[in-house]
Amino acid sequence: MSATAASASGWRFHRPTAVPAFGTAFGIAVAGLSAIVLIPIIALVLKGADQTWASFAAAAFSPRALAAYRLSFGAAFLAALVNLVMGVLIAWVLVRYRFPGRRLADALIDLPFALPTAVAGVALATICAPNGSVGQVAAAFGIQLAFTPVGVFIALVFIGLPFVVRTVQPVLADLEPEVEEAAALLGASRWRTVTRVVLPAIAPAAMTGFTLAFARAVGEYGSVIFIAGNKPMISEIAPLLIVVQLEQYAYGAAAAIACVMLAASLVLLVISAAMQRRLEREGADR
Amino acid sequence: MTGPVLARRRLIAAGSLATLALPFLVRPAAAQERTLLNVSYDPTRELYRDVNAAFAAQHKARTREDLRIRMSHGGSGRQARSVIDGLEADVVTLALGGDIDVLAEAGLVAKDWQAALPARSAPYRSTIVFLVRKGNPKRIADWGDLAKPGVAVVTPNPKTSGGARWNYLAAWGWALAQPGGSDATAQQFLTTIFRNAPVLDTGARGSLTTFVRRNIGDVMLAWENEGFLAQQEFGADAFEIVVPSRSILAEPPVAVVDRVVQRRGTAALAREYLEFLYTPQGQAIIARHGYRPIAPEHAAAADMAKFPKAELFTIDDVFGGWGPATTKHFAEGALFDRITGGAR
Amino acid sequence: MRLAADTRPALRDPSGIAWLLIAAALAWILLLLVLPLATVLWEALHKGLPRFLEAVKEPDTLASIRLTLLVAAIAVPVNLVLGVAMAWAIAKHEFRGRAMLTALIDLPISVSPVVSGLVFVLLFGAQGWLGPWLQERDIKIIFALPGMVLATIFVTLPYVARTLIPIMRRQGVDEEEAAATLGAGAWTTLARVSLPNAGLALLYGVLLTNARAMGEFGAVSVVSGSIRGETNTMPLHVEILHNEYDEVGAFSVAALLALLAVVTLVLKVWLERRMQARAGVGG
Repeated sequence: MSATAASASGWRFHRPTAVPAFGTAFGIAVAGLSAIVLIPIIALVLKGADQTWASFAAAAFSPRALAAYRLSFGAAFLAALVNLVMGVLIAWVLVRYRFPGRRLADALIDLPFALPTAVAGVALATICAPNGSVGQVAAAFGIQLAFTPVGVFIALVFIGLPFVVRTVQPVLADLEPEVEEAAALLGASRWRTVTRVVLPAIAPAAMTGFTLAFARAVGEYGSVIFIAGNKPMISEIAPLLIVVQLEQYAYGAAAAIACVMLAASLVLLVISAAMQRRLEREGADR
Repeated sequence: MTGPVLARRRLIAAGSLATLALPFLVRPAAAQERTLLNVSYDPTRELYRDVNAAFAAQHKARTREDLRIRMSHGGSGRQARSVIDGLEADVVTLALGGDIDVLAEAGLVAKDWQAALPARSAPYRSTIVFLVRKGNPKRIADWGDLAKPGVAVVTPNPKTSGGARWNYLAAWGWALAQPGGSDATAQQFLTTIFRNAPVLDTGARGSLTTFVRRNIGDVMLAWENEGFLAQQEFGADAFEIVVPSRSILAEPPVAVVDRVVQRRGTAALAREYLEFLYTPQGQAIIARHGYRPIAPEHAAAADMAKFPKAELFTIDDVFGGWGPATTKHFAEGALFDRITGGAR
Repeated sequence: MRLAADTRPALRDPSGIAWLLIAAALAWILLLLVLPLATVLWEALHKGLPRFLEAVKEPDTLASIRLTLLVAAIAVPVNLVLGVAMAWAIAKHEFRGRAMLTALIDLPISVSPVVSGLVFVLLFGAQGWLGPWLQERDIKIIFALPGMVLATIFVTLPYVARTLIPIMRRQGVDEEEAAATLGAGAWTTLARVSLPNAGLALLYGVLLTNARAMGEFGAVSVVSGSIRGETNTMPLHVEILHNEYDEVGAFSVAALLALLAVVTLVLKVWLERRMQARAGVGG
């Protein structure tokens, strides 16, 4: 693929040579992605397809698998939703306000990335267990956190937090203050300014963050198994089911479940990409 | 424009960081030595630490050769799978005969591996016991008490843990032996137990953490040796061991991985290593770690006194071996799946 | 760098609301982030510093630290190059299939770590496609360093590109076009215009990649074979120590990882400040 070939598909600014090295960058990107992501994934799909439909369906759509998908996708969605709200809020606070401990708080946001998931799982399980610091409080209200689907949700909220904050933060920081000032000068209330000017501007980024948090949570393994309970039909996540199949030497069944999860993730990513584009376009029209 | 300067500075910073990290990355060159890789299941860490030290010392005394025995521990099924996938194990010491059967099917281990060493290639034995909290507040004395309302049973998941399969089979074997016992009553019994299980950890060690540290459950099903070890680690007053009237005789097997030792030229050494487990010294170490030796006369009397008498049945007696047991109980859609509601 | 936006009257929120939002954010961070971190550190240190140091100096632990650093030292530069290339292609150019490529980059995040390990087992395992061929030539990928590096690269692939793309897109291509007009080559444009402009995001991406590379558990555990002292990275070693009832040891290694992460984050903050100071002097 060369820059000239690419230019045939139409440049945004109709200046094909303005930004150089498209061919090289595209080449490296595609080669790297193919070698590291695409080929292994294709191997997986082929493995999943290398069985009769009946055996594929038996593994991928058994009641137990369906319950696991429900838990994995449901808890991931709820967690991502919470992260969307809290992430935007935290990003806003970090960018717009100056208060003691701001830098510390800012740096801490990355902790879920930095803390190995297994360690996070052990730490969260320790905290949320009925004899843990938070678990005790919850237990006093008759709520059990660890070893229930609630535990899964907590772990997923933890690992997903940085995604929304970190995608929204730079956009918020780069937002031209003039636009907000203009809106304010034109008599818009602060609330109106925020909802009509600021939120639409950060919406694509927030959407990206939401999707990433969601997608990552769906497949999360390390932090969840420690706190989930792992009971079939109740608190067993889909990735654990893959491990279970592997440990019975059922590569085909493992690949089948993996394929379903993969397909679902792909659909989600495509939807989010489309939404992002729409939001960007709307943002540009404004 | 500050860009270029910054870019260069950043490069320098990154470069110096990388340089700083280098000394950590360069491994000291290993001295010439022979190695064996023993791929084992989870609870044998402490056992093989001692076995390896003793065997390496003996080997050194005899041949003046340094021997390093490398260990890999994990769930039994997962370890077998790793060996199939190419983990270069000279020997496997797993929880279930079924897992070595799978290696034999894959052509890694001789088909008649069970005849290769004495006592059906199981140099140590164990059984399944109950761990209960101090004072046994729920008064759990035998398997039947596990099905009582309000008794929460902690066990790992039989799908991922070899020990949990022994737990399951022990319970099934007990239920069958009850008056009027049949497959139907056994299934009913196990359904109740698993309904009473608050957590199914992936491995035996995870279950113990749940039971001891998280304070969840009233009784835990455990390997006998794990029970001893837990009492040692967490204090004998933390919980008590209850021996059920009837339990299973677990025979964790060992085998040489022929295909690997042929390639690595370690066949004789690997065999010697496994045979060491049957020597008086090996048997004594085994008993010290809470496994039942097959030759009790070599073990210290104090170690032997730990083992309570119980009626033990073998998997061959009740289930006809690992093959039939796996097909009937643990395969996809088989009894365990039906018991936990995961299969139609 | 402009000053905090809230110093401009028109952008100031009522201080009650501002403090409420700050309090909510801080409470959330405290509960969700600080508490687990504190738990890890407490569990590691409550038996005293000597126990912690003893646990860290254990040979198998040192081996796991070395291996972790080595894996990161290979995976991070590879992902830096790939990430910049992907971001450059996607953010600064328009081409057919751009959305496809963007989605592909996100794929490793949405693929379960377990699956990320599984795909390499299916490819390179003894039963896998290339397994027999590799075995004939005695090349070890799975259960050895190459497999662990591959799995790590796979898992951490998106982070550099992901952090670069939004900021590169927002900045547009004006400066690159100007550079091109002035006769700058591709490399010069990239090194002197685009990357410095995206400086913080790039740095953040690298730090993130590094942190994830060092902390990856699921994928690496599938391809590691967990041979003690050889193929155990620090996160795997945490699990092993945990399974040996060595809680202090397990949390010591965990705390070390957390500490490593904290150092990384401090480094990030420090660089951020230096850049701001520089920009302040320059502008």
